[in-house]
Amino acid sequence: MAKLGSWLRGIVLGVGALAFLFPFYYMVVGSLQREVDPSVAGAFPNPANLTGDNYVNINARLNLLQGIANSGIFAAGVIIGTVVFGALAGYALAVLQWRGRGGVFALALLVQVVPFQLLMVPLYVLIARDYGLADNYLGIMLPFIINSTAVIIFRQYFLQLPKSLFEAARIDGASEWQVLTRIALPLIRPALVTVVLITFIGPWNEFLWPFLITKRANMQPLAVSLANYISNVANSTANPFGAMLAGAVVLAGPVVVLFIVFQRWFVASEIGSGVKG
Amino acid sequence: MATTLTPKPVLAEVPARRGSEHRRHRARQSFLGWLFSAPYLVFVAVIFAYPLGFALYMSVHDYFFTAPGVNVVRPFVGARNYLKALSDPAVLRSFGNLGVFLVINVPLTVVLSLVLATLLNRVVHARAFLRVSFYLPYLTASVALVGVWLFLFSGSGLVNQVLGPLAPSPPWLVNERLAMPSIALFVTWKQLGFYILLYLAALQNVGTELYEAAATDGATRWQAFWNVTVPGVRSATVLVLLLATITGANLFTEPYLLTGGGGPNGASSSPVLVMYQQGIQQGKPGYAAAIGVLLVILTLVIAFLQNKFGGERD
Repeated sequence: MAKLGSWLRGIVLGVGALAFLFPFYYMVVGSLQREVDPSVAGAFPNPANLTGDNYVNINARLNLLQGIANSGIFAAGVIIGTVVFGALAGYALAVLQWRGRGGVFALALLVQVVPFQLLMVPLYVLIARDYGLADNYLGIMLPFIINSTAVIIFRQYFLQLPKSLFEAARIDGASEWQVLTRIALPLIRPALVTVVLITFIGPWNEFLWPFLITKRANMQPLAVSLANYISNVANSTANPFGAMLAGAVVLAGPVVVLFIVFQRWFVASEIGSGVKG
Repeated sequence: MATTLTPKPVLAEVPARRGSEHRRHRARQSFLGWLFSAPYLVFVAVIFAYPLGFALYMSVHDYFFTAPGVNVVRPFVGARNYLKALSDPAVLRSFGNLGVFLVINVPLTVVLSLVLATLLNRVVHARAFLRVSFYLPYLTASVALVGVWLFLFSGSGLVNQVLGPLAPSPPWLVNERLAMPSIALFVTWKQLGFYILLYLAALQNVGTELYEAAATDGATRWQAFWNVTVPGVRSATVLVLLLATITGANLFTEPYLLTGGGGPNGASSSPVLVMYQQGIQQGKPGYAAAIGVLLVILTLVIAFLQNKFGGERD
């Protein structure tokens, strides 16, 4: 009976894993097909039908390198903003004794329940129309430049460090800035890796905001240019599915690789609100 | 300063400070506290607080776009935008579609993620592999995954090839009845990994002695699951309900790409998609803001009900 149960469990989990992984496998297979072959046999790579042309085609359509560079700049800006300002605020909330800290912490929690759909239109009016930051890297980054979750995570990590450490450093004459950069930050280095990884995925995958704020193709992150390809120009390519899937592989690839390589740094409880799209 | 600071792990006694020095220390900490938090506070003010107020302001005005710096009168219109939204068939349809989405997505998410997490929790071998595979769709960009689903669910796609004569016609994403359920299925699949991990964490807090007691009482696996696991993870379930509902209310990318802008005939449009069409494409941001406010109110009501009926039972 117990044996049967464990077999059953294995089968359910196996089928589950297949359902989750198959689309990824199929993405790669489809991206390499010369002639689009949606039949069951087409799910297995056929050497006679293999080609790299789809990657060349999609690159000709939407300039993959430019898209990757834009996504990279977007993600890098958000990571820098989040780590620098998030660590500063997190440190102030965890280590410094000041009257406003309770209020600021409550604010960081409150901000997370404000839904983006309500902010979308006014942010567009402000950033694109009033500040004139449409088709501008700063405009793309601005709504994400400091992640409130990261502020809370940093606070949490700094709280776990022994207070005596900071006292000792201060008695040795260290300024608060030195305590932060020379003691606190090096001690939470592992947490920093987690924050950077999670913060990377958010902007890399983000679609709605960069889609609203960028109209010029050479400013669009890869997710946006691929989406535009899917919704507008796909029909005018010889093998639209092949080219689309080739773009999808390029967009999904970095995140999949990062996740598999740095698996153990992904802490479940902290990914939640960091990753959206 | 070039002094290197070596942390001293244990400090026997922190010398007590005297009055004035102590006050100065407090004042400096207070100043630095505000200084270090200042960038974040400015960010919250500019990106959250002000736009939030601006959204409410726009929703009760006839707001329209002008060239930057041009000063025009944007008249106060009271509840007109709200009333218009509530009688606009396209808006009502999008809310109805969202209802269909939530009715499919939310229960499916709760059941599948709890079952898979429970099974995964007992697994010894291949645990890391399973965790990674369940999690991948969640971490991958919707835009990339939509590409594969378009391929899989197209008229002559693999899914229909496998189904053969059972394949629906018109195919999934262009079928008025099936477009929204297909989107719900896609989102369930994409988000499931996150909820599995959430449940997996919650399961670690269910005491093993409860299962042992159940086993001693002769409970079957199913009875143990129903009477120990399900009540044991209730607070996680409420969280899953809330997060799935909020994620659903934000639905945009999938109807925009998977069903070509909420098609066919608006059968899969979502409120956020309508907000985009009205507010930005058609230049009626005040109207879109009113739809946004209605959407948030509706989400809050659903969240409140979920919390009330799913929450603290004991």
